[in-house]
Amino acid sequence: MSAGPDGPEDRLRRFATIWSRAVFPVTSTSSTRPEFEEQLLPLARRLSEALRARTFDADEGRAVGAALVTAHCTDPEALSRSLDCVDAYLVLYCGAGGDQEDLRARSSRLQHAMAAGFAQALRERTLAEQEAISAAALKAQGVVAQALHATEARFRAVFEGAAIGIGIADLSGQVLQVNGALLRMFGVSEQTMQGRNVMEWTHPEDAPQTWKLYDELVRGEREHYHVEKAFYRPDGTVLWTNLTVSLLRDPDGNPQYQLALMEDTTERRLLNLRLRYEATHDALTGLPNRTFFFERLEKALGAGEGQRFGLCYLDLDGFKTVNDSLGHAAGDRLLVEVADRLQACATAPGEMVARLGGDEFVALTTGPDTEHEVDELAARIMNALIAPISVDGRELTVRGSIGIVEGPAGERSPAEVLRSADITMYRAKSAGGNRFELADEEADARAITRHGLTTALPTALDRGEFFIEYQPLVHLGDGSVRGAEALVRWLHPQHGVLGPDRFIPLAEHTGLIVPLGRWVLEQSVRQAREWRERHDDAGPLRINVNLSPCQLTHPGLVQDTVDILERAGVEPQSLCLEVTESALIGADDDLLKPLRRLAEMGVDIALDDFGTGYSNLANLRRLPVSILKLDRSFTQSMQQFPADPVDLKIVEGIVSLAHSLSLAVTVEGVETGAQAEQLRILGCDTAQGWYYARPGPPERLHELALVDATG
Amino acid sequence: MERPAWAPRGIDISVPSVSRIYDYYLGGSHNFEVDREAARKAMEFMPGLPKIMQANRAFMRRAVRFAVDEGITQFLDIGSGIPTFGNVHEVAQAASPDARVVYVDHDPVAVAHSQAVLEGNDGADIVAADLLKPKEILASSQVEDLIDLNRPVALLLVAILHFVEDEDDPYEAVAELRDALAPGSMLVLTHASYEGIPLPEERAKGTVDVYKDIRNPLIMRSRDGIARFFEGYDMVEPGLVPMPHWRPDTAPEDEDPYAFSGFAGVGRTA
Repeated sequence: MSAGPDGPEDRLRRFATIWSRAVFPVTSTSSTRPEFEEQLLPLARRLSEALRARTFDADEGRAVGAALVTAHCTDPEALSRSLDCVDAYLVLYCGAGGDQEDLRARSSRLQHAMAAGFAQALRERTLAEQEAISAAALKAQGVVAQALHATEARFRAVFEGAAIGIGIADLSGQVLQVNGALLRMFGVSEQTMQGRNVMEWTHPEDAPQTWKLYDELVRGEREHYHVEKAFYRPDGTVLWTNLTVSLLRDPDGNPQYQLALMEDTTERRLLNLRLRYEATHDALTGLPNRTFFFERLEKALGAGEGQRFGLCYLDLDGFKTVNDSLGHAAGDRLLVEVADRLQACATAPGEMVARLGGDEFVALTTGPDTEHEVDELAARIMNALIAPISVDGRELTVRGSIGIVEGPAGERSPAEVLRSADITMYRAKSAGGNRFELADEEADARAITRHGLTTALPTALDRGEFFIEYQPLVHLGDGSVRGAEALVRWLHPQHGVLGPDRFIPLAEHTGLIVPLGRWVLEQSVRQAREWRERHDDAGPLRINVNLSPCQLTHPGLVQDTVDILERAGVEPQSLCLEVTESALIGADDDLLKPLRRLAEMGVDIALDDFGTGYSNLANLRRLPVSILKLDRSFTQSMQQFPADPVDLKIVEGIVSLAHSLSLAVTVEGVETGAQAEQLRILGCDTAQGWYYARPGPPERLHELALVDATG
Repeated sequence: MERPAWAPRGIDISVPSVSRIYDYYLGGSHNFEVDREAARKAMEFMPGLPKIMQANRAFMRRAVRFAVDEGITQFLDIGSGIPTFGNVHEVAQAASPDARVVYVDHDPVAVAHSQAVLEGNDGADIVAADLLKPKEILASSQVEDLIDLNRPVALLLVAILHFVEDEDDPYEAVAELRDALAPGSMLVLTHASYEGIPLPEERAKGTVDVYKDIRNPLIMRSRDGIARFFEGYDMVEPGLVPMPHWRPDTAPEDEDPYAFSGFAGVGRTA
């Protein structure tokens, strides 16, 4: 074949060019048109050769049709345009010299075959590609599924292994899935849990908003909520949880599930309750303690109008003795028994019993009728204590003193109420114990002063608030001043001058009497020396100083007294110590020994307030006393004239008895001359009283003595 | 919430995929009815869509050959989709037998198909990864095995960036890739735009809406917006132009009018 212009080769290329121009616009190839033409050229050659072959083979057409598909001419339009081209140009460009009729017939048959070949190839390619993409999709799904499976396995491990309970329910509350932790918390099997509805899990302690939050969540109005919630376990025990419920939505945002995460807080809660219990209860008796009681009292006092409160403040009488004699263990057992009995007394709503500490208990009643109830409560308590308490095989009789405070809520603070109750209780105790007293304001005020004095006492001595007045002792025979009794006074910054009756018992109680007594002794002895120095000619003045029971038992008594006398350079004979009759009742030798030693040294001992106690007169012999001071009650009747003859007889008897025991007799409270005369006649030795002089500063005594000496 | 790294993207072939739609435009049968339905809908607004895809393929072919001529034999083709024919490795390996190609796609079906197609080809592989996570791509074993990051690489981002919304910061990802590749590397890029489409914009929007409906929004960017992707690159002649104008083999005027939609360009780092 020739390649020259218009030769067969050139004509074949022109056919391929026309064909490629017709089909290229409908192909998807990324090749250029000339490149595409190069792909078509061999196909055109095959058609050309088939057209002119000695033996005609239409299958060449099939191959060309299939090759079009391989060249990415997959659009049906590409076939249509190819067949148009072949029909119009194949015979024209490639059929030179042949029988035109025969060539046309061959061209037609080649076209039919091309169509069939194209269709088959396209079908196969389509199927292959569909197969390939399906396989790819399947494989991808496999990979994804595997990854999902791994993910799910991980999620499942998290779900199952989580220490917190996880549960999923639908929006109607039907439980769909729960994890092991949740089952363990509830103590149920998975089967039991399946199909349960969360709405069944109400509990009386559910907070009011709990189910409101739930409703909002399932309605899609809330994304999550957090509550503390209790559940009943099947065995009836209670499970406490920290519960967080979240709403799960589908991809379109519609509510789909509810997810519950719960943490078991039962033990923590119990611990909290226990800690709270321990903080508010007394370890020994199990009763509410001071803290708890104050909370309740505060609440009661803060209650609304018409509400009242009643408080019984109980202190056991003589509990210290039990502790001291039987030991603390026995004391504790006694308190436990008392606590049990008290608890049984206050069982009504609004009533409570608490232990404030030691042997102090309180019972509280609240409500509108406490005026009446509190008396009954106190009576019940007194009653409950009647039966002896058996401790270590001993039957102990327990008595108590109760202070009652009752009143309307909203007027006083808890501290005020408790103080009033405390004061009232002490009043009951001072009145002998084993009784209850009702608080009254006047008594409170007195006690408050007493309380104030007690606390002010220790500093008063340091601040020099005490001073001493002296009341002369006059010899009845010649009316001369023989000495004076030292009487201590307290110049209180607020209350003014207080007599010993106001503060000596307090000082006794607090133990301050020892330093105070020493101070008085020092001052008095120093005063005695001063008198001696300035008034030597009038004879020695004796000083009488009171000794309290507490000082009597103080081990330093003798030494202190000796020191004081020596330091002042005063003879023991110038000192008389006055001891009350009651302090010496039943005194044994140990108690009397210091007095005896003082007496041996020359110090006079006077038995003060003689006649008020139940003195065993026979006992007088045994006591190291040299003077009897007759109580003023004997002399009072002698203020009138004529005096009661019985009184006269008694005094006469006492004086006679005293003198027969070599005791001098001093009388107190002499207020009239007649009295003095009478007592002189009866044989009394010395006297003191307003008739002679009231207690006064030391200078007054000096003056009196001088008058006496000169007069 | 961010999907955890170990939770795979789900696969749902009842949802159209841009890779398979692309294959359909190119006359392939690697697609399902959902894909064809979406493609047909898009073509109702822009009948010449297949011509745009074809122009993309033709540009890519010329660009790959250009890169090989410039001495680059390593290719990183991100968003490769379903390789029907005339793929990067075919073009590159025809031009240089030792050319290395790593394809990247986040569509698990495209990845699975690519794996099947590339089986037995030692010079090409596919990574299942996301354009927006360049570190994952660069750290993949496929990249490690096939690509020497100390030598220039041709990075192909052909018809992919218009599927990334600004809020996902495609510029940042492209810059990160630029910085990771050796000096002398190339960026080969095409991008859809309203500019050049032989239709009124309102009509072209119909197609954009179809992509929005299949939750694969098509982001039409301006020429300036597209040019920003080449920050740090020197543009290769003739710059950022309609696809048929980029170093054509044949007269551009012979091309279908749709082929001029959007822009193509090649840049190179110094």
